Amino acid sequence: MAERTILAARDLDFYYGEVQALRHISINIPAARVTAFIGPSGCGKSTFLRTINRMNDLIPAARAAGSLTFRGQEIYAPDVDVTDLRRRVGMVFQKPNPFPMSVYDNVAYGPRTHGIRDRRRLDLIVEESLRAAAIWDEVKDRLKKSAMSLSGGQQQRLCIARALAVEPEVLLMDEATSALDTISAARIEDLTLELRERFTIVMVTHNMQQAARISDKTAFFLAGELIEFGNTERIFSMPRDKRTEDYITGRFG
Amino acid sequence: MQRAKIKPAELAMRLLLLVCALTAIAFVLLITAYLIAAGLPAIREVGLASFLLGRTWDSTNASNPQFGILPLVLTSVYGAAGAIVLGVPVGFFTALFLAKAAPRPLAAAIRPVVGLLAGIPSVVYGLVGMCVLVPALRSWLDLPAGDGLLASIIVLAVMILPSVISLSEAALASVPREYEEASLALGATEAETWLRVSAPAAKSGIAAAVVLGVGRAVGESMAILMVAGNVPNMPGLLRSVRFLTTGIAIEMNYAAPGSLQRKALFSIGLVLFLFILLINILLHLAVRRGREA
Ligand SMILES: Nc1ncnc2c1ncn2[C@@H]1O[C@H](COP(=O)(O)OP(=O)(O)O)[C@@H](O)[C@H]1O
Ligand SMILES: [Mg+2]
Repeated sequence: MAERTILAARDLDFYYGEVQALRHISINIPAARVTAFIGPSGCGKSTFLRTINRMNDLIPAARAAGSLTFRGQEIYAPDVDVTDLRRRVGMVFQKPNPFPMSVYDNVAYGPRTHGIRDRRRLDLIVEESLRAAAIWDEVKDRLKKSAMSLSGGQQQRLCIARALAVEPEVLLMDEATSALDTISAARIEDLTLELRERFTIVMVTHNMQQAARISDKTAFFLAGELIEFGNTERIFSMPRDKRTEDYITGRFG
Repeated sequence: MQRAKIKPAELAMRLLLLVCALTAIAFVLLITAYLIAAGLPAIREVGLASFLLGRTWDSTNASNPQFGILPLVLTSVYGAAGAIVLGVPVGFFTALFLAKAAPRPLAAAIRPVVGLLAGIPSVVYGLVGMCVLVPALRSWLDLPAGDGLLASIIVLAVMILPSVISLSEAALASVPREYEEASLALGATEAETWLRVSAPAAKSGIAAAVVLGVGRAVGESMAILMVAGNVPNMPGLLRSVRFLTTGIAIEMNYAAPGSLQRKALFSIGLVLFLFILLINILLHLAVRRGREA
């Protein structure tokens, strides 16, 4: 299958007030693939991820310059409907953050927000989303129980189900496994591979093995710049840039 | 582990603290004992049922005095409920504004004003109610007199605002940012997020604010004394009414020592005390549930 670009940045800059967090980022992120962002702490991975669904809008004095498009449309154009963008570009956070509500209400939150009231339709969406997030069997008998009673790994899969329930096209995952034990993390990795068939996934990870195992494309960031981007196998076997090589072989970061 | 020896000065200090703590407890016990001792005789004489459920309070009728406090109880309950219905939504939305929506400098400017509202003596609320609110109600609603339950509810609602605002704001401010981010990332607007995620997550704090508001509304006397009209009618929104608190305040001055009237006023005090006790227990439970959640 040929690659189609779904997200494209051209000379994207991003500033927190005076501080420049992204410098001239240019990248084509392919649809229906897993793209991993790697790089040392503070290099701008989360910042870039949060420009894609404009979660950075909430930070006062933060601003973007340059071009960033989603299916050819400028994400930072003045007439963009941010709530619609965020529905189409879902996000899973580092720390599992289910709402303090029932499992069912967590998953139904997004669809309800976007106007779905019909109980039968909601039931269907909730079940499908929980199945897609590989947690249905564990929670099907406790849909009315508080989401806070689930384990950390289950909570994170619930958060994925919640994100899937609004039928996003892209799923952004910011170190979604780093707060979990290895078994839970492995389950989320498997899940990511399954979801790749239907969604474009962009994930930030600190874990080299994880990036190597599950991503198709890898982007290496350093100090706000994109140093190298390419097929994961190639990046890990023959990095072109010395700095990429140093990072993946653990010589710094 | 061996216990360190306590120096005499240290010991004296601890004793002093203990005595102070015990003094507070002693006062509570004393008041409780006194209220029970002073409040029970009239209840026994009138009969518990006719005291609590009697619909007529006519303590000064020489031939056939009546000591039914149902009108006063209901007035206090309705007054507090009305103040909650009116004051809590306004207070809650103010808190939401301060905690989430307002630009920081504006919130910082409003907060001390709310604090000031809390510091105004209740007699001043009564004065403003009597001189501004009551005449306004009289002309708007075309009433013979503007005082009564409605005027009392409005004054009480304003009086409970500061505590509702500050408690709700604290509860809303402590809602973890991650919940709100999750909601926004799903495409909810900020307003939807505040109402559907932040407010429910803060509900125990808001419940505590409501209960505290009820406590203040039930216990208030001076301000409503000046706007309630003080006739012990069964409560109606536009009728002159008398609260439990004002019921005591009005008659205590001229009730003859040893008279049944005077004893009955103490019985009202006992009922009021039990009310406040109940509210404090509820408050305690609400706060504890909030901590566990
Ligand atoms: N809200 C913020 N305000 C100001 N500076 C920020 C903010 N968030 C991140 N930064 C800065 O931007 C840079 C990139 O941060 P981030 O994108 O979080 O890095 P990463 O996710 O790669 O660890 C860092 O120097 C960080 O200090
Ligand atoms: Mg990060």
